[in-house]
Amino acid sequence: MVRNRVALFLIAVALAASWGLPFLTHAPNRLLSGRPIALVSVLAGARWFVLLPVLLLAASPFFPTRRSAQLVVAASAAAFLVALVWLAGSEAAALAEAAPHAARTSLGSAFWIMLASTALMLHDELRRLGASALARSATYCAILVGIAALLAAGKLDQLSLLREYAGHRDVFTAALLRHALIVILALAPAIILGIPLGIAAERRHRLRGVLFPVLNLIQTIPSVALFGLLIAPLSGLAASFPALGAAGIGGVGVFPAVIALALYSLLPVARGAAAGLAAVPSAAVEAARAIGMTAAQVLRRVEAPLALPVILSGLRIAAVQAIGLTAVAALIGAGGLGAIMFQGLFANALDLVLLGVVPMIAMALLVDTFFSLAIAASNRVPR
Amino acid sequence: MIEFEGVTRRYGDTAVVEDVSLRIEKGEFFVVIGSSGAGKSTLLRMINGLISCSTGRIRVDGHDIAALKPEALRRRIGYVIQSIGLFPHWTIARNIGAVPELLGWSPQKIRTRATELLGLLKLDPAVYLDKYPHQLSIGQQQRVGIARALAADPGRLLMDEPFAALDPITREALQAEIAGIHRDSRKTIVFVTHDMNEALTLASRIAVMDRGRVIQVGTPAELLIKPANDFVGAFVGRDDAGLMLLATEKVTARMRPGGVDGGPSINADANLRQALSRMLLTRAERLGVVDGSGRRLGAIHIGDLVRR
Repeated sequence: MVRNRVALFLIAVALAASWGLPFLTHAPNRLLSGRPIALVSVLAGARWFVLLPVLLLAASPFFPTRRSAQLVVAASAAAFLVALVWLAGSEAAALAEAAPHAARTSLGSAFWIMLASTALMLHDELRRLGASALARSATYCAILVGIAALLAAGKLDQLSLLREYAGHRDVFTAALLRHALIVILALAPAIILGIPLGIAAERRHRLRGVLFPVLNLIQTIPSVALFGLLIAPLSGLAASFPALGAAGIGGVGVFPAVIALALYSLLPVARGAAAGLAAVPSAAVEAARAIGMTAAQVLRRVEAPLALPVILSGLRIAAVQAIGLTAVAALIGAGGLGAIMFQGLFANALDLVLLGVVPMIAMALLVDTFFSLAIAASNRVPR
Repeated sequence: MIEFEGVTRRYGDTAVVEDVSLRIEKGEFFVVIGSSGAGKSTLLRMINGLISCSTGRIRVDGHDIAALKPEALRRRIGYVIQSIGLFPHWTIARNIGAVPELLGWSPQKIRTRATELLGLLKLDPAVYLDKYPHQLSIGQQQRVGIARALAADPGRLLMDEPFAALDPITREALQAEIAGIHRDSRKTIVFVTHDMNEALTLASRIAVMDRGRVIQVGTPAELLIKPANDFVGAFVGRDDAGLMLLATEKVTARMRPGGVDGGPSINADANLRQALSRMLLTRAERLGVVDGSGRRLGAIHIGDLVRR
């Protein structure tokens, strides 16, 4: 009997992909399109062991819904994620030995589909297990550590993604740091302004009626359009006040990107703060006032600690959103991982695109994990 | 002493409390009763400045509260509400210690006081001090609510329908608890309710409110015997007023000494209404009155109930 339809569907997708789509592609150089390599042809010798977790995963939809079985499935999925990466890396290394230096081995569509469906299975299984935020984060970190170990050991060096990295190492590090810097610079004013705005909006109906429609409107402006809209006024400002221009303020570059991203981040931050305060039991607030706490004491001792998890959820959305939107900011010269991504897009170099995108996804996942841990830790009402 | 002097509270054009003048003496158990929307909660919340007067003046111990710092005033007045409002992220100990903490007591003194109060409210400190509010039943939470109100030993206690959300058994237990606290401490208690039986059980004086105005102020007996108008009459339950009157007196008040052993008996704590009920059930015209250990104290006859 099928006990887990989600897993069954994901298994079917992964199997179909591994059968019909290339696991890797091998090309004589980075410009030519490659020859597809199926997963089956990669499996030889010791690599067959990779299929061990696959067998467990494939059978898992029929497992009884018992905790031990679910734990085995989750562990298999986690192991298979690392194994997939290792398999791709080791095949690329084997191919590289017999090929000229210009030859490239890229990750194929079957790899990505299997990676995604296994990750979804893991996520679903952890949810079914009722794993705590800590347990979930630990699982994801273990997988990242596994992949990082493969990277550090040089096992993945012959994948074209890593070959691109080797060729762009300096640019990459600078872009990564710039990306993080833009996100931090955008979030700081959004937090400093957004939280007080959210608190004020929760207290005053009239402010709420104005603030949220305006912030919602800002959210609906496409990011490229907002960056464009900021160019004219900011370059005008820089032209009239040369001192500002000298300080790096202008229509293009980091400054307009930070302004636009801060505007986007205001809505989730302010809404999180307002929703957090609204969720504080009104009886507790009334009692706090009635026993003689000042407004500041009510906020600090009762409202803020009880609202914190919801406020952090707002920050989490803002942070993950800012990491993604910063990619677009590369279009107005702000730099960051988006610059690498667009360079790849314009040069039709898929691996360069990935070099920009994969770390961005990793950054978003790490930030998301950090916030889910922080939210769990900030829940002051123990269960 | 709490004095209202021509106090009115308006929201827009509607007066929620209108021209109220009252004097609540020190040590009184003063119950404000009325149907919902009568303005009784508003009246109560004006005493500790949660709601301000539109016109008129409220004096606590002779000081106009408008001239006092509201936080300082509130820290000297205990406050208990129907929805309890414990702080869910604080332990029971910290909840009880909230006001002492605001007043800057030492942590050790606060903990000693919390332990003492939990004992007073019949919750085992060893079990409950470090629990969180959601781990307690509603009745236990309200016990903690009362303990929090008493923590800094305020001279006055404001209680806004504190027992309305409790089941009848828990409510009776807590009514007995608060009556005992009042008896032992002689704190001034202002207590809002819409339950006439509760008012008659607890009050030394009752104020009946209707549409923002105080219609009548008097002892339970005065209200029952001489209701000021039809509204008060209906409110105190005209048909049952005699029975309610009986409920305001203990059997010991009309007990005669001696009497025969055997036959049905009643506990000395019972009121005259309970005595009558027992007589009707047992078809006896007289009952023995016994104390908690079953020792005979005297007797009460059916005629004693009618005698004045």
